Amino acid sequence: MQSTYTSPRYAYRPTSDAGARHPVIVVGGGMVGLTVALDLAQRGHRVVVLDDDDTVSVGSRAICFAKRTLEIYGRLGLGAKALAKGVTWNVGKVFFQDRKVYEFNLLPDPGHEYPAFVNLQQYYIEQWLVEACGDTGKVDIRWRNRVVGVANDPDSVAIEVETPDGRHTLHVDWLLACDGARSFVRDSLGLPFVGKVFRDRFLIADVVMKADFPAERWFWFDPPFHRGGSVLLHRQADDVYRIDFQLGWDADPEAEKDPARVTARVREMLGPDKPFELEWVSVYTFRCRRLERFRHGRTLFLGDSAHQVSPFGARGGNGGAQDADNLAWKLAAILDGEAPETLIDSYDAERIPAADENILNSTRSTDFITPKNAAAKAYRDAVLDLAEHHAFARPLVNSGRLSRPATLHGSPLNTADADLWEGGVPPGAPAIDAPLRGGWLLRELRHDFSLLLFGDISDFPEVALAGPRIVWVPLDAVEAMRRYAATRGCVVLIRPDQHVAARWRHFDVTAIRTARDRVLGHADIAA
Amino acid sequence: MTLMTEPRLDDPDLLFETLVDAHLDLDTEASRKLDACIVLLLANHIGCVETVRQAVRMARSIVVARKP
Repeated sequence: MQSTYTSPRYAYRPTSDAGARHPVIVVGGGMVGLTVALDLAQRGHRVVVLDDDDTVSVGSRAICFAKRTLEIYGRLGLGAKALAKGVTWNVGKVFFQDRKVYEFNLLPDPGHEYPAFVNLQQYYIEQWLVEACGDTGKVDIRWRNRVVGVANDPDSVAIEVETPDGRHTLHVDWLLACDGARSFVRDSLGLPFVGKVFRDRFLIADVVMKADFPAERWFWFDPPFHRGGSVLLHRQADDVYRIDFQLGWDADPEAEKDPARVTARVREMLGPDKPFELEWVSVYTFRCRRLERFRHGRTLFLGDSAHQVSPFGARGGNGGAQDADNLAWKLAAILDGEAPETLIDSYDAERIPAADENILNSTRSTDFITPKNAAAKAYRDAVLDLAEHHAFARPLVNSGRLSRPATLHGSPLNTADADLWEGGVPPGAPAIDAPLRGGWLLRELRHDFSLLLFGDISDFPEVALAGPRIVWVPLDAVEAMRRYAATRGCVVLIRPDQHVAARWRHFDVTAIRTARDRVLGHADIAA
Repeated sequence: MTLMTEPRLDDPDLLFETLVDAHLDLDTEASRKLDACIVLLLANHIGCVETVRQAVRMARSIVVARKP
């Protein structure tokens, strides 16, 4: 069916290092695995990636790349490509039956390099990640290498790998399990993956058409063309549209995938005269669940292998990208000898609350979209009816709470504010972008520790002692000043993943060093 | 805001009549939706989710205890 994109086929190469020991092996060359591999490689580390297939994702899958994810890909050098190829959108509209009840704009504030969302088929990102990994010369992607055994020993992990030429063993200091919702690594370690299954089925159809739908997210509850169910429409690159039909629990998944049946549903929606072609079809049941911990000795779980959410809110792929972003610099700091191994525990401390936030939000959205009983449906429909006429009801409409970057509240790596701040970007929050010197503030942060210094060199007599890279923010960069609630002489310490670690209203070398040590896990963070 | 449960209504009989009469011409589904609309309007008027949660807990303790 797929006509707009031809999947690359990557060559299998026989293994020449059976029995070898590697510092980092990634299991699963999907979006999350390739992202963490690229991040580590750009920090100077060699990574082996094992993938049981020989190509990128089949079907568009994760399509909504949130601003924070775009900023992460910006840091990794893929942001401009994603912007150029993808479909930028900020506006969402919600319809109930035959009328619009609600509209939201996720980024009304200009002056950011990236928009609220870019829609792009997952295979493009994966293909670019493979190419970028190749450019580093440090990532060894081994296609058609399937992991069939894992021994998670305290000092190193041994994995059994099956290839077209037979089996061999590899040893690794850190195993990154990015092998998806049906993770073999997770199952082979016998780790429970618990949560809830939603008793509903959804049909996902990608169709190619020349249509005049604007680049917006449109969501219908109970529309005339699909009575009793919901429908979601997203525009992607190459004139591909994602249409998501709620089918109900009793639907037969095989029968619903029949192209004639899907075509009939889409025609009912678009009208009889609109030409289109089916590109990809899938029927889903949604789950929200997670591992109790994401670190198990020297094995770490990222993305869907660690946590699974329903797709309403685009929190699966975006959550996984933030896992990679959170882990890569920590692992690099440990491998470089700059941080103790215990720093890895902060991955759990920071990403488990983020996963819980994603699970909570996507569970609530799914419960709104799929009412469990007549009372829930009455409340749902009451909200939708009220929303058309009364502003108070609009925030109650939940067609998906779209992915927001995790703020790492309560992280042991944060240094709490000692000064008074009114607003701004608190410790744990991701740094906010702003125009700077004709470019962008986040671009200047790159992937090292950075110090934002507000003012000029005359305000910071001891600046030479600071340590981290300096990014000057002149007082006439008004957006940056406002967004960071900064005045002359303010200092913000940014982590290698561009989250704020600490901030001060005055420059203090000792405080900066202490905060940086804390980020690297040198402080006593056991409490 | 703590849920107030002491008598406060200026015209209790009118309140009861108003609530019951509003349902007279409605089937079960429309009735449920009407109640839901009323709850949502009043909840917004109260403006404090915790107060509504206290009311929900109190109401459930009565309904669940009386369930045959």
